[in-house]
Amino acid sequence: MRIFSLSLCENLFMPRRRRLRKVVAPPSFKGYKPFGCEKEQKGPVELLYEEYEAIKLADYDLMNHQEASKLMGISRATFARIYESARRKIAQAFVETKEIKTVYGNAVLDGIWFLCNHCHARFTIPSTVKESNCPMCKSDDIEPIK
Amino acid sequence: MNTVISSSGKDTNSSFDLRFGRAAWFCLFNEDTRETTFFENEYVNAQGGAGTKTAEKMVELGVQKVISGDFGPKAKEMLEKFNIQMVIIQDESNTVQDIINRINS
Repeated sequence: MRIFSLSLCENLFMPRRRRLRKVVAPPSFKGYKPFGCEKEQKGPVELLYEEYEAIKLADYDLMNHQEASKLMGISRATFARIYESARRKIAQAFVETKEIKTVYGNAVLDGIWFLCNHCHARFTIPSTVKESNCPMCKSDDIEPIK
Repeated sequence: MNTVISSSGKDTNSSFDLRFGRAAWFCLFNEDTRETTFFENEYVNAQGGAGTKTAEKMVELGVQKVISGDFGPKAKEMLEKFNIQMVIIQDESNTVQDIINRINS
């Protein structure tokens, strides 16, 4: 009974918690600008990291929505919604000659921290570091921490 | 390549400090020339924001790698933004020299 009333309250007053979407790598640009347009631009379109990731997985890596949603840790339906919103934003930017700006959104960057199985050090690998081994013992036996 | 190791004292025999923003000293270690320089943490007794300020200092020094016991959320964010590699070692028994030996071996 108690659980029922609690869930009822939640349904009535509170939106459901938004799950964080896993993003393997953030976009390596801050945005895109149209050029050669006659009209003056009216503000940017904000493309979220997860929307960028959705476009990348579906249209660049050519995954189906089921696989892509699994990778991002969300349901297929949610993936489809994010993907749709991403396409619409890009279309809007094209038609209305608006800039595209990438913003963080509800993303969590996947695999930021790594654990070395050899010396148990935990570490990050920034994009500027070329090799992907342990910075302490140079071991290749590392795994991402979820 | 410059690495910073959090230290509790001003020489390589001092023990490794597990805190980042509130470590007493820092050891700046140059991996190419193997030189070590020690400098005091001016934010050790700061009221707040010690992690952020220390992280800023790392950026100023042009450090590529920081080794400590843990990083606070703000320091993490800052170091991540400036592509500084963070390494967490949660073993208090190490001296700064031990850590340097581990990097070099």
